[in-house]
Amino acid sequence: MLQNFIDATFIFSGIMFILALAGLSKHETAKKGNAFGILGMIFAVVATNFAIAYTDIVESNIQLGSAAALYVAMAIGAMIGIWKARKVEMTGMPELIALLHSFVGAAAVLVGYNVHLLAEHTDLLHALEVYLGVLIGAVTFTGSLVAWGKLNGKMNSKPLTLPGRHWLNLATVVVMVVLGFWYCMSGSIIPLAIMTVLSLWLGFHLVAAIGGADMPVVISMLNSYSGWAAAASGFMLDMTVLIITGALVGASGAILSYIMCRAMNRSFVSVILGGFGDAPVAESGEMGEYREASAEEVAQMLADASKVIIAPGYGMAVAQAQYPVAELTQRLEAQGTTVHFAIHPVAGRLPGHMNVLLAEAKVPYDIVFEMDEINDDFADADVVLVIGANDTVNPAANEPGSPISGMPVLRVWEAKHVVVFKRSMSAGYAGVQNPLFFLDNSVMYFGDAKASVNNLVAALPASATR
Amino acid sequence: MDIGVPKEIGDARVAATPKSLEGLRKLGYDVLVESGAGQLASFDDDAYAAAGARIVDDVWGADIVLAVNAPTEDQIAKLRRGAVLITFLAPRQRPELTQRLARQGVTAMSMDMVPRTSRAQALDALSSLANISGYRAVIEAAHAFGRFFTGQVTAAGKVPPAKVLVAGTGVAGLAAIGAANSLGAIVRATDVRPETAEQVESMGATFLHVASDQGVSSDGYAKEASADYAEKAAQLYAEQAKDVDIIITTAAIPGRPSPRLITAEMVQSMKPGSVIVDLAAQGGGNCELTRKGESYVTEGGVTIIGYTDMASRLPGQSSQLYGTNLVNALQLMTPGKDGQLVVDFDDEVVRTMTITRDGEITFPPPPIQVSAAPAPAVKAEAPAVPETPPKPPKPWWHQVAYVGVGSVLMIALLTIAPSAFVSLFAVFALACIVGYYVVWNVTHALHTPLMSVTNAVSGIIIVGAMTQLAHDSLVVKAVAFIAVLIASINVFGGFTVTHRMLAMFRKG
Repeated sequence: MLQNFIDATFIFSGIMFILALAGLSKHETAKKGNAFGILGMIFAVVATNFAIAYTDIVESNIQLGSAAALYVAMAIGAMIGIWKARKVEMTGMPELIALLHSFVGAAAVLVGYNVHLLAEHTDLLHALEVYLGVLIGAVTFTGSLVAWGKLNGKMNSKPLTLPGRHWLNLATVVVMVVLGFWYCMSGSIIPLAIMTVLSLWLGFHLVAAIGGADMPVVISMLNSYSGWAAAASGFMLDMTVLIITGALVGASGAILSYIMCRAMNRSFVSVILGGFGDAPVAESGEMGEYREASAEEVAQMLADASKVIIAPGYGMAVAQAQYPVAELTQRLEAQGTTVHFAIHPVAGRLPGHMNVLLAEAKVPYDIVFEMDEINDDFADADVVLVIGANDTVNPAANEPGSPISGMPVLRVWEAKHVVVFKRSMSAGYAGVQNPLFFLDNSVMYFGDAKASVNNLVAALPASATR
Repeated sequence: MDIGVPKEIGDARVAATPKSLEGLRKLGYDVLVESGAGQLASFDDDAYAAAGARIVDDVWGADIVLAVNAPTEDQIAKLRRGAVLITFLAPRQRPELTQRLARQGVTAMSMDMVPRTSRAQALDALSSLANISGYRAVIEAAHAFGRFFTGQVTAAGKVPPAKVLVAGTGVAGLAAIGAANSLGAIVRATDVRPETAEQVESMGATFLHVASDQGVSSDGYAKEASADYAEKAAQLYAEQAKDVDIIITTAAIPGRPSPRLITAEMVQSMKPGSVIVDLAAQGGGNCELTRKGESYVTEGGVTIIGYTDMASRLPGQSSQLYGTNLVNALQLMTPGKDGQLVVDFDDEVVRTMTITRDGEITFPPPPIQVSAAPAPAVKAEAPAVPETPPKPPKPWWHQVAYVGVGSVLMIALLTIAPSAFVSLFAVFALACIVGYYVVWNVTHALHTPLMSVTNAVSGIIIVGAMTQLAHDSLVVKAVAFIAVLIASINVFGGFTVTHRMLAMFRKG
């Protein structure tokens, strides 16, 4: 009876989680999706709690201490979690998500150790499950911490390139396989502990070797790992709900990584092996003259334009310029100008990062388009504002021989005028100079993105009646 | 160093406007403006003074003189030895002027010598002025033309739109197309370079192809037309002359006679009231009947406008664009932005513009690599990168074979596994497939919320830790306690942040 109740609840919380992901497919149903997720979580937690309590009561072995520990732990966790989630700036979302991934990894490691300590399962298969669960969990843990450090600037975002790093990784994996045999045969904690240390190191090294520009891929990859870690825990504990959820999350992260890689025209393997950001800057030579424009000139261009497309990038996030950009959008729309946003799939440091920032600043989502939807519209646009983007609008991607060759980019240069908001003439994350800046129809508008857009809004003619 | 901006003689334009003056001052120069220099272009002395200039009576003694027209003998005599003069000097047409400037010991730079490289575009004053001429040509035509440009249906009857033919589609031609088009006329254009058809169409005009096999120009300039081509082109113009109301010709070659496109017969065949604007009048005109610098009406009632000063008929605009070109030129030559002009002959733009340096004639300049295409495109032409042929797609059955073999292996493995694992594996496999299809449907904009919700959901690991918390062992309990705690952070944090994000998305 009890087992059936538990299994049934787990099946339905699994379904709730599927509904949660399905709900997120559209803006209209997204909130519903989140609610389904919460409901599924409540089902699973309450049922588990009930089952434990029921068993204890039947066996008249009431563990008040454990219950208290459970509620205290949950309360503390809830407080920290909600506090963090409320406090975080939308621009800091990538860091928060990376940090949360590391928690899943850590929890998987702890659960794995507990399963080992309880030694309920001594057969080969369970030993293997524990081993794999701890391995994935540990890699996720340190990997996510490194990603977090790189994203909030605590760590250098340049790729770490140790000599012979691929061999180093390979050697680590080989040693892990050997330790795995040892562990499965002996059931001793020693190989498990050594392997944990090695996994922690592997997670650190894998992500440290990846440059900041590839962070969207890394984050989605770690998302996937955290899912597989949860699934592995499900196998060791024989809990279907963990397996279902883990598989869902794992698949989701893997697909997101794939989408990100495709957007950068890079194979998944080459991102994971790292070394993208250290491509030599071969063509930093003279590329021509760029022209600089003042706020007034840009404002005049905008006042005369009937269609404006804004292509934001990470620079907008860094400068927290989304609010001035939203205000600019409102002002332009009020004077009858059509304003659209063009979002490159890898703009920002997280899939969909730009959309979240624009949504925060209350830019309606129906004027925000992704690359494939809007790329043909640039030719009709009077003015394109490139705000803090570089590699995603680089025409060099269409030429062979550059590190970003073949990467699909926003074809902003087809517009009549392009205004590039940038702090300096330095190259983007890929280290490639951008010929866009030197085209005849583009002007540079230097400065911090937030200050620049604010000045621009101030410089717009008060009520340009058209 | 100080910059002098003189009043032009017989020209309404001026080499600096109060706005471009700011650019000059930003480069560190002091600016002297001759009193009344901008009067005819509607910039009065007060505006210059307000922008930071000193108003003086004579500026020809300044370190740098910026002008529009070539200087007269009196003006040259006033130039200081070692001074820099930047203006239009036409060294090809007026070698004696170059020699005179060299004798005076000045460094002279000619704005019509700016090479047509992409780097030099910002100082290409010829293009700026051609743009204005093209626009003004349409305005002159509209003024002389007794009817509307745009078609209208009114209570007083229907008005057909005017038909405009633009011959020669350089900068001036394209500007004319744009202006005529926005006045509502039907615009047609032709050029000896068929590859300009795309630009013409982008400006909203129809390109008329000459039915001849004239090859694509390889150097970006018009080729010497073949006899067959000339005949076919003349045929085209003859046909068009009967049909159109306005012809604007722009086929001018600096320093050489303009090609004859419109013959007297063609003019006679035009409807009375038609207008011809000949922008090539300086070189003798594209039209046989053009009178240089003059506008008149033929016996057949066709107005032929042959003004040679189209750009200075829009003095405010010309001065502004030309002034900006000069600021860009000085920017190139003032690397320190400290008001010190450096004539660097390693810079090919500066080298080409300079016709005399400190009394020494440096014209003609060495030929330079002129490329109409922007720098990156040139790089693309480098044959160093061989095109790798795309891999042929794999036959369809490959995938089936891989999946089949993989499945057989998994079946073998699962056969020897405990039965409890097999049922768990079933759940796992199905969940992966469901996840795959569900996640592909998620729109790009929601990827961040998707990630945070999957994050929250993967906190489900909390239930595993909960069951372990009920165990007796203290170590296990402690470890489980921590696991529950961090998993809760994940669950609560993940859902809260997702909710926060989703609440922000709104439809406009």
